[in-house]
Amino acid sequence: MANIIKDGTINLQSAPTISSYASAVGKKEGEGPLAEYFDYISEDVTLGESSWEKSESKLQQYAFTNALSKGNFSESDMDFMFAGDLLNQCVASAYGARDTSIPFFGLFGACSTMAESLGLASVFVDSGAAINAAAVTSSHFCSAERQFRLPVNYGGQRTPTAQWTATAAGCAIVSPHGAPPYVKAVTVGKIKDMGVTDANNMGAAMAEAAHDTISRHLANMGQSIEAFDLILTGDLGKVGSDILIELFRKENVDISEKHNDCGLMLYDLKKQDVHAGGSGCGCSASVLCGYILPQIAKGNLKNVLFAATGALMSPTIVQQGESIPGISHAVHISAF
Amino acid sequence: METFMEYFWAFVIGGGFCLIGQLLIDLTKLTPARILVTYVMAGVVLGGCGVYEPLVDFAGAGATVPLTGFGYTLAKGVKQAVQEDGLLGAFTGGFTAGAAGLTAAVVFGLIVARCFKRGDKMS
Amino acid sequence: MKMTNNEYDKLTKKYSPNTKMYLTLPKAFVIGGLICCLGQALFNLYTYLGMTELHARSVTSITLVFLSALLTGLKLYDKIAKHGGAGTLVPITGFANSVVAPALEFKTEGFILGTAAKMFIIAGPVIVYGILTSVVYGIILYIFQIMQ
Repeated sequence: MANIIKDGTINLQSAPTISSYASAVGKKEGEGPLAEYFDYISEDVTLGESSWEKSESKLQQYAFTNALSKGNFSESDMDFMFAGDLLNQCVASAYGARDTSIPFFGLFGACSTMAESLGLASVFVDSGAAINAAAVTSSHFCSAERQFRLPVNYGGQRTPTAQWTATAAGCAIVSPHGAPPYVKAVTVGKIKDMGVTDANNMGAAMAEAAHDTISRHLANMGQSIEAFDLILTGDLGKVGSDILIELFRKENVDISEKHNDCGLMLYDLKKQDVHAGGSGCGCSASVLCGYILPQIAKGNLKNVLFAATGALMSPTIVQQGESIPGISHAVHISAF
Repeated sequence: METFMEYFWAFVIGGGFCLIGQLLIDLTKLTPARILVTYVMAGVVLGGCGVYEPLVDFAGAGATVPLTGFGYTLAKGVKQAVQEDGLLGAFTGGFTAGAAGLTAAVVFGLIVARCFKRGDKMS
Repeated sequence: MKMTNNEYDKLTKKYSPNTKMYLTLPKAFVIGGLICCLGQALFNLYTYLGMTELHARSVTSITLVFLSALLTGLKLYDKIAKHGGAGTLVPITGFANSVVAPALEFKTEGFILGTAAKMFIIAGPVIVYGILTSVVYGIILYIFQIMQ
C-alpha cells in the first residue's frame, strides 16, 4: 500500500512495475542522438492530419497503441489513463483518447506531465485502485508555437536561452509488481516562482522547482545523491541545468556527475539549432520511454530519479506582467 | 558612379535602420511588435518635424523601405490632406497614404493563405 | 537557506548566454541593406518606365510586400529571418511577413475566424499606433493652420 512519508513524498511499498513503454517522435527528434531508441519516427510531422492539434493527438495515439501491443495488452486491460499535453484544455490528450473507452484523467503539468502522470498511475496501482494504468503525454512543436508564441512561418530570431518544443510522445503502462523497472517512490512538486518573467528562458523559471523537489525527495526518503546513478531532470535545457547544478553546489552537494537533462539528450545542441535544448511534455516522455526505461530494464541503470519540470505559464498571464511559476515532480525508478 | 552611390547610400542607411533594430532586440527585451510600433511612430514624428524628407532625398529606398518610411508616408499624407480638407484631413490622410502597402498585405496575405500549405519548420 | 528572487535573478543572468552580437549585428545590417537596395532597384525601374516618384514608391512597396508574401508562402522568409533578425523585421517585407504568416497559420480555424481575424495579431499595433500618431500630427497641423 502507498503510504505518505511526509511533505509530498509517497512511498510505494509494492513497487509497481512499468510493464510496457513506447515512444513516438517527429522528424527532427528522429535525427537526434537518440534516434535508434524510438519506436516510431514520423518523417511527416503533420502525420497526415489537417491541423497541428490533430497531428499531436495522433502522435499520442501511436505511443499508446505501441505500448499496448509491446506489453501484449488490449485496451480493456487499462483501468485508467492519465494523459496530458501543453495545449489549452488538454485537447491533444482528449482527442487522442476519444476513440478509446478507458476511464480518463486529463492532466496539465506543462513539461512535467510525464512524471505527474507516471506518478499518479503508479500510486493508483500500488494502492490497489487500478490493476493497469497508462500514463501518456505529448507535445508538438507547431501546435505549441501557435498557441504560446508566434505563427510557425513568422520570421523571428530565437534568443539563446529559448528551448525547442519537441514533437514527441511517450506512454508508460504501470502494472502490479513483476519484472523491472519498478516505481519505488513519488515526490509531488510544489509551485515555485522565483520571479522569472522571460518566457524565452523557461529553464531558469523551472530550475528551483527541480532543486526543491529533488532535495525534498532525498530528505524525505533519507537518501543521498549516491543512491542514484542518474538524476534525470526533464527539460531544464542548458541554462536551467547549469542553474540547478549551481543551486546544489551552494549546499555543498555536487550533482554534476549524476545529472542529465532530457532537453539536452533529445537533440544535438551544436548541430540541430535548438538553442538551449528541448522542451515540451513529449521531450521527457520520449527520452524516458524510449531510452531510459529500456536501460533500467536491462540493468544498465540501477536507480534513476526522474524529475520532470514544467513552466506553468500561459501567454495571457505573462502578458499581464506576471512571473512564471515552475513545478517539478519526481519519480524514483529502480531496477530492483 | 551616381547610380553606385545611390545604391551605396540605400544600403548603408537602410542597413543602419536594421542595425539599430537589432541592437534593440539584443540589448533590450523589446519584442518585435514593440520595435515595429516604435519605428512607425518615430517615422511619423520625424516626418512631421521635416527631418525625414531630406533623408529620403539622400538615401532613397534606404529611408522609405524600413518601417520608419511607412510612418513618414503617413505623416506626409496627413500633411497634404490637412492642407486640402482641414481637420477632416487629419482623419483621412494616414490611411490614404498608407493604402498601397496595407492593401497589398491584406490581398497577398489572403492569396497566400488560400494557395499555400502551412509550414512546419522541421528542416 | 532560502534564496531571494534577487539572488536567483543574478544566478539566471550568470548562466543565460547573451546573443552573439558580433554575428547578429552585421547580418542584420547586410540583409536589411540588401532589401533596401532591392527597393531602390525596383524604384529606379518604375521611374524608368515613366511613373511619377510618388507612384513608383507605392508600386515598390506593393512589389516588396508581394515578394515577402510569396517567400512566406514558400516557407523561405522565416529561414532568411533566422539570420536577418531586424534586417528582415524592420523593412516593409517584415511587416508583410507579420501579416501573411498568421493568415496562413490560422487558416485551420477557417477563413473568417482564422485567417481574417488573426491576420493582424502582430501587425495590428503597428497600424493602430501609426495611424494614431498621424492623427495627432494632423490635429497639431490643423491648429497651426487656423492660428495663422
